[in-house]
Amino acid sequence: MLDYTTLRVIWWALLGTLLIGFAIMDGFDFGVAGLLKVLGRDNEERLVLLEGIEPTWEGNQVWFILAGGATFAAWPMLYAVSFSGMYFAIALVLLAFILRPVGFNFRGKIHDPRWASLWDWVLTGSGLVVMLVSGVAFGNLFLGVPFQFDDDLRMSWHGGFFELLHPFALLTGLVSLSMLLAHGACWAALKADHTIAVRAVKVARWMTLIYAALYVLAGVWVAYGIPGYAVAGPVVMDGVSNPLYKQVAQGGSWFASYMQYPWFWAAPLLALVSAVGVQLLISRRSVSAFIASSLMVGSTIASAGFALFPFLLPSSLDPRSSLTVWDASSSRGTLQTMLVVTAVLLPIIILYTSWVYRVMRGRVTLEQIRKAHGGY
Amino acid sequence: MIIDADVVTLSRLQFALTALYHFLFVPLTLGLVWILAIMESVYVMTGREVWKRMVQFWGVLFGINFAMGVATGVTMEFQFGMNWAYYSHYVGDIFGAPLAIEGLMAFFLEATLVGVFFMGWDRISRIKHLLVTWFLALATSLSALWILIANAWMQHPVGAAFNPQTMRMEVTSFSEVLFNPVAQDKFVHTVSAGYVMGSMFVLSISAWYLLRGRNIDFAKRSMTVAASFGLAAALSVVVLGDASGYAVSLNQKMKMASIEAMWHTEPAPASFTLVGIPDIKDRTTLGAVRIPWVMGLIGTHSLDEKIPGIDELVGVAKGRIVQGIAAYDAMLALRQDKNNAQAKATLAAHDADLGYALLLKRYVDDPRQATPADIQKAADSTIPNVPVLFWAFRIMVGCGFYFIALFALSFWKASTRQLDSQRWYLRLALWSLPLPWLAIELGWIVAEYGRQPWAIEGVLPTALGVSSVSAGQVLTSLGGFMLFYTALAIVDVTLMLKFTRKGPDGLGIWPSIDPSTTAGH
Repeated sequence: MLDYTTLRVIWWALLGTLLIGFAIMDGFDFGVAGLLKVLGRDNEERLVLLEGIEPTWEGNQVWFILAGGATFAAWPMLYAVSFSGMYFAIALVLLAFILRPVGFNFRGKIHDPRWASLWDWVLTGSGLVVMLVSGVAFGNLFLGVPFQFDDDLRMSWHGGFFELLHPFALLTGLVSLSMLLAHGACWAALKADHTIAVRAVKVARWMTLIYAALYVLAGVWVAYGIPGYAVAGPVVMDGVSNPLYKQVAQGGSWFASYMQYPWFWAAPLLALVSAVGVQLLISRRSVSAFIASSLMVGSTIASAGFALFPFLLPSSLDPRSSLTVWDASSSRGTLQTMLVVTAVLLPIIILYTSWVYRVMRGRVTLEQIRKAHGGY
Repeated sequence: MIIDADVVTLSRLQFALTALYHFLFVPLTLGLVWILAIMESVYVMTGREVWKRMVQFWGVLFGINFAMGVATGVTMEFQFGMNWAYYSHYVGDIFGAPLAIEGLMAFFLEATLVGVFFMGWDRISRIKHLLVTWFLALATSLSALWILIANAWMQHPVGAAFNPQTMRMEVTSFSEVLFNPVAQDKFVHTVSAGYVMGSMFVLSISAWYLLRGRNIDFAKRSMTVAASFGLAAALSVVVLGDASGYAVSLNQKMKMASIEAMWHTEPAPASFTLVGIPDIKDRTTLGAVRIPWVMGLIGTHSLDEKIPGIDELVGVAKGRIVQGIAAYDAMLALRQDKNNAQAKATLAAHDADLGYALLLKRYVDDPRQATPADIQKAADSTIPNVPVLFWAFRIMVGCGFYFIALFALSFWKASTRQLDSQRWYLRLALWSLPLPWLAIELGWIVAEYGRQPWAIEGVLPTALGVSSVSAGQVLTSLGGFMLFYTALAIVDVTLMLKFTRKGPDGLGIWPSIDPSTTAGH
């Protein structure tokens, strides 16, 4: 059995991996959905875009479900506090996740332009909501959120939905939105009929540019405008999971962990290099730009996770209630068991997912759509 | 702090409604996907085109239902965190694991393959497509397995212990959680119920085509598959339902006594109350029709073991509450000083009863301050809603026996090739369509409403599991769900009806004048 500290670090990395998996895999079909009305000028063109994500979006969405399930199993307090505290924000995301499966399936079932257009808007809207809200939520992690525990470790939250909309959080929301729209455009450039792909190239260029500017701005804001949190006093890494056993000091810098582990700088650097990569490669409309945008998405999320380390969810109301990697995990036994299960199953998942992408490879052309659907 | 009773009521209502709604779609997916797998196997083995077309037609209906199942399933996973935060904290160490494994092992496979199932017909070989369908079917049932392992732990929490330092339950033996005997019976009972639903769905719709004289050959073949699969499934539901009932009698005695409205302990073997009107106030059943011995046989699989009645069990609960208060006191002492040896010993001796002390939290802030009247109230609160359980159980079981009869008849008619010989049979098959839904929803009520007042039997009272959200917040989300789910239900039913009416002939999946019938099959 691995020691508790190692298991916690591994599960922190795994949580990050699942979130990155979700952002890369589901992110591009959210991006495509968000751009549906921009890239697809008529119903046939929108069908091309939808057909490009339809065979795989459902599997992609499981990355999110799995990230939720793994959080429940490995970081139960994080799951409990964030889902109940950000109640309406989560409800909004949930709404989007409920609408997508029915949207994809029901859209083509009735042949009426109004019906198709209704579901186009639903898919676009749910895409935008998820991309924006997940970014806003991430921003709030840096600001700290207003919760505290009592002695029974029952959490109470003292704030509403609109308090989550701090200007910094809105900025990170836009970072997430522009990043995933760029990522979606890279997919469309790779997958959609050339007439649409040309448009996608333009959108991808603009969106990576906006993303890079906002990302740097957010970094500067974190460095100069947002105080960091730090565990005060001796850090017990393999202690029991009870947040109230520690003290937390506010007022440091979120870049402290970057100073402590200089290799963390690789993440933000890679994010920006990948953005340049997208600019250089996108005109080829090949898989290379999509790989670059995937790296951009992954390293952006990693850079935020690194800055927060070892914090998972800082509390602005009662800093010692903050959840950290060292005091919010499941028991050692659960972490160990779940690690073995994940180590066996995750490679298998990647294996059959790759097979499905191989089977479904190839550009979706307007001609194909006209033949198969006769318009719908 | 005393929990807001409105938040508890609204959170429970929201959970029950969203779970019951989710459970309208999942069992149909579970059953229909195996019927698709069987049909496609016949196609691959015989090479006859009609079987492929059958998979494609029933696949359309499967797809609509599958989307609804997936959509409403996300709600369930979110809801534990949103509305049951303390529950999530208190048992996440155990309960979260099977949910996560479900995602890793089953849902991922299911969701990844479903796209290939629908869109991969021309992209991969017949054998590969058949394998995709089989894995899809396997994954849906595996998904049910892990969800029911999680659920079984709520009914019979094994392999875990309370940790006063972290204020939660933690795993002591993962294999006990995994091989929970309750989980195995529940799994087979539940998936079989889904197989019955899938079979009934195909049987009823096919009967409608035969009544209309449409898609004759197509419908007969579908009915033959449904009848065989349905008969096996219906037998399995009842047999495993009995095993499940036996497990309940061992582990959830109060639930058992309530289902049977057994107010008082009877000498063994107890009689079975067939019908009657349970009266909560006087703790008696009016107009009861009793069959001697039967209850003892079902509940204990023996003639000499007693089944405790509700009165006796309330007495037991009272004793456990008193023990639980001692455990609670020791737990608080350990929180102050984790090396307090005396408190450790007390908690070790009584930690199985700690949950019973928590029942008092509805009445007093500190269970140690409870009066005898509070203790009595808490003990009485362990009785679930007897009349509802009594009747839900009887209707469910009645449906179960009816399914065996109907599928046996269908199987005989299919074997002797007279499926369309009598119109009354076809009408019977058609109008039986809603019954599996009725039985399955009632089954959920017996299992989960019957578990009350516990979220985790004997460990965590439901009322304590809620989040610290306001009643207004829950009311808003509940209202949103009701509105939104109603709209989705309307769309779902509209589409189901539309594609059923169109049929394989109207959709151009299979010609209305069937070439294979004229060829003499």
